[in-house]
Amino acid sequence: MKKSAIIGALAASTMLAGAASAATLDDVKARGELNCGVNVGLTGFGMADANGTWVGFDVDLCRAVAAAVLGDPTKVKFVPTTGETRFTALASGEVDLLVRNSTATFTRDVDLKFDFVGINYYDGQGFMVKKDLGVSSAKELEGATVCIQTGTTTELNLADFFKANNMTYTPVTVQDDSEAQRQYLAGACDAYTTDASGLAAGRATMADAENHIILPEIISKEPLGPAVRHGDNVWGDIVRWTYNALLIAEEKGITKANIEEVAGSSTDPEIRRLLGLEGEMGKMFGLDNDWAKRAIAANGNYGEIFEANLGTGTPIGLARGLNALWTQGGLQYAWPMR
Amino acid sequence: MAFATSRAEASKGGFRLSMLIYDTRFRAITLQVIALVLFLLFIGWLTDNVIRNLDAKGKDINFGFLWVRAGYDIEQTLIPYTNDSTHGRAVIIGLLNTLVVAFFGCILATAVGVAVGVLRLSNNWLISRLMTVYVEVFRNVPLLLWILLTFVVISETMPAPAAFKITPAILESRAALDGLTAQAGGHGLAARLAGLQVSSFAFFLWLLAFIGITGATWQYARSRFDAGKAALITAVPAALWIIAALTIFSPSLSPVLAENEVSAIGPTEPAASKFFFDSIALTNRGTNIPAPLLDRPLGGTEIASVPVNFSVLAVLAVIIVSGIANRSVTRRANKLQEETGLRPTTWWISLLILFLPLVLLLTALGLHWELPGFPVNAQGVSQGFNFQGGIQVMHSFTALLIALTLYTSAFIAEIVRAGIQAIPGGQSEAAAALGLRPGRTMKLVILPQALRVIIPPLISQYLNLTKNTSLGIAVSYLDLRGTLGGITLNQTGRELECMLLMMLIYLTISLIISSGMNAFNSAVKLKER
Repeated sequence: MKKSAIIGALAASTMLAGAASAATLDDVKARGELNCGVNVGLTGFGMADANGTWVGFDVDLCRAVAAAVLGDPTKVKFVPTTGETRFTALASGEVDLLVRNSTATFTRDVDLKFDFVGINYYDGQGFMVKKDLGVSSAKELEGATVCIQTGTTTELNLADFFKANNMTYTPVTVQDDSEAQRQYLAGACDAYTTDASGLAAGRATMADAENHIILPEIISKEPLGPAVRHGDNVWGDIVRWTYNALLIAEEKGITKANIEEVAGSSTDPEIRRLLGLEGEMGKMFGLDNDWAKRAIAANGNYGEIFEANLGTGTPIGLARGLNALWTQGGLQYAWPMR
Repeated sequence: MAFATSRAEASKGGFRLSMLIYDTRFRAITLQVIALVLFLLFIGWLTDNVIRNLDAKGKDINFGFLWVRAGYDIEQTLIPYTNDSTHGRAVIIGLLNTLVVAFFGCILATAVGVAVGVLRLSNNWLISRLMTVYVEVFRNVPLLLWILLTFVVISETMPAPAAFKITPAILESRAALDGLTAQAGGHGLAARLAGLQVSSFAFFLWLLAFIGITGATWQYARSRFDAGKAALITAVPAALWIIAALTIFSPSLSPVLAENEVSAIGPTEPAASKFFFDSIALTNRGTNIPAPLLDRPLGGTEIASVPVNFSVLAVLAVIIVSGIANRSVTRRANKLQEETGLRPTTWWISLLILFLPLVLLLTALGLHWELPGFPVNAQGVSQGFNFQGGIQVMHSFTALLIALTLYTSAFIAEIVRAGIQAIPGGQSEAAAALGLRPGRTMKLVILPQALRVIIPPLISQYLNLTKNTSLGIAVSYLDLRGTLGGITLNQTGRELECMLLMMLIYLTISLIISSGMNAFNSAVKLKER
């Protein structure tokens, strides 16, 4: 009896999952709302503000997709996910799209059956320590206690880094960013490791930010990007091209403010294709031709979204770095709209 | 009567299909068979659904990941583990972490629970009310909150490991203090005695006791002996008392230093210090305790990748053999007492049997304790971030254990109280009539009878406690849920396999616990002859 109950529960949960997986675009349109998996709370990337409105770099991409598909950037249901729950949420169909600073890796792509449709933030794993620890390099962390979020690639990178440098450490495995920061600030660990952007975001929210330093070593490549389920290629294309549209908009100087003006006056064929004035781009994947225009109008182009959430004008103060457009020495290189 | 006739009819008319419904003999069985078939169909449908849906996602059911390198580290491991070990080994580590909390949790919860349950029935108004408060407070607040609260309290009130370190600044201060002491060293004994802190409260107490002791001794000795002998006798405690004072107040006898010069010097000791002769250190990360080390260990081997330590086995074997030997001694003493009415003195034989072989074995193995401490460099400055050596018991473990103990003991206390109250009052009255004291009445009359009421619900409390260890994830305790159901699940993406395996393991643990407790129950339950 016990065994059958177990299988029953499992089957029931996968049954629910099965229902949602077929054609995500139709499901989203029928629902009139996009279910977007985001971080439970990482300043700058995805968190609910004091009014309960979700804000952040990843959140804005969700809104752009909602604007492209449903015509309204507010028709998003944000589903907060932890490092541990995010992939299950996506695989089970609880969310249509996961934009939660998740690293694209081989196993996630191949074994977990997801598609990372773009890299919206090129990141790397770093360490944050208190200044009075007297440490200036991650190589001096022999024997240290390190706080780490569970269910992340950083967990494996950390083990590899210490092993490669023949050092030992004690891991303190925590559930999410806020708990990790609490433990780090309480001194339960000497160092906190996560993506460098996450460290900068975390430090920005600390009361005594000047007492913490981010060590110079970046110990991994962390290409963070939006992920969708494997196999639903149309839906994957929509997210990929929404993201590319934001990049092209930045390349072409289309902003939230001037988009109407550009649409009215531009003779550049690529801009005209992007904004739906020429060709039938949107129709090809089941949207109307204004999809990209709405996506850009939602929160502006990629550069605007970056500056508004992470840029030097915000408390987080991240430079564009690797995330500058390719024309400015970065890696963000949109595919041509044709 | 009806039964007999229908039987006669059946034998007369043979079996007809309609009898399956209309014949009372077969109807019950028919219904059960139908229910069983429907039930099996339901299960088949669910299983089919799982397989189809997995197939639609392109996933299969495969436990091969258990033999793949895990790649992550675990903070508390009872058997050797590195990130090169397999996921399967990580599962075992998690399982052991679960079992160790459950084991100590059950023992502590039972001890606390029985004490609270008995005390709640106390005639002392204050004690019984306090125990009521204990029970109500702990069982009416969710366990998760107790775990988090305990963790936050113990991790935030303790000093960081850095507070135990000897820094260059401390060494400088010590050197400066030594310099001052050397300068003041020129003063004679008189100056030092003057520096005795006569105004301190401790000295006042000492003086009071000195006067009292010498006075009393003098009074006592004078009443029996002449003055010379009495003075001699009085001198002995007085001298002892002065020697004690010299040891206690010796720092005060050190050279007089100018107050302002001393206060200008920084701290000469680390901000935090260890307890129990420098052996135990409480930090905000864990409790550092000494580790037993053997100079001449017996070695070990691995059976099915589980390490077996011969030294530990030898110690366990000696303890068990000593226990058995001691039991036979006690039994012989009981027998003699029954025969002659006189009990032979056995306490020193018991002590010898219980401890001498163990002490001899441990001495032969060369047992010594490795104290936790910071490694120091040539100048004596502490190096590193954490204590080296010794065993670090993480606060996640301690917090989980304390919270589980407090929470479950509240329920056990109620079970014990109910069990005791189920014994008729006549039993304790009868015991009192026989002249048994209340303590012995409880031990010999009430508790043995109460056990049969207590044990069945106690089993479910043990099961609860064991399953509740999975809440340890809230305080970063990597038990089975943390390794198999957490990191391994996440890194491999094998949700269904991990969940099935985890449920199977928890089910097995629970069944083992309840079968063990049921065996115990049938051993102690009321024997009816």
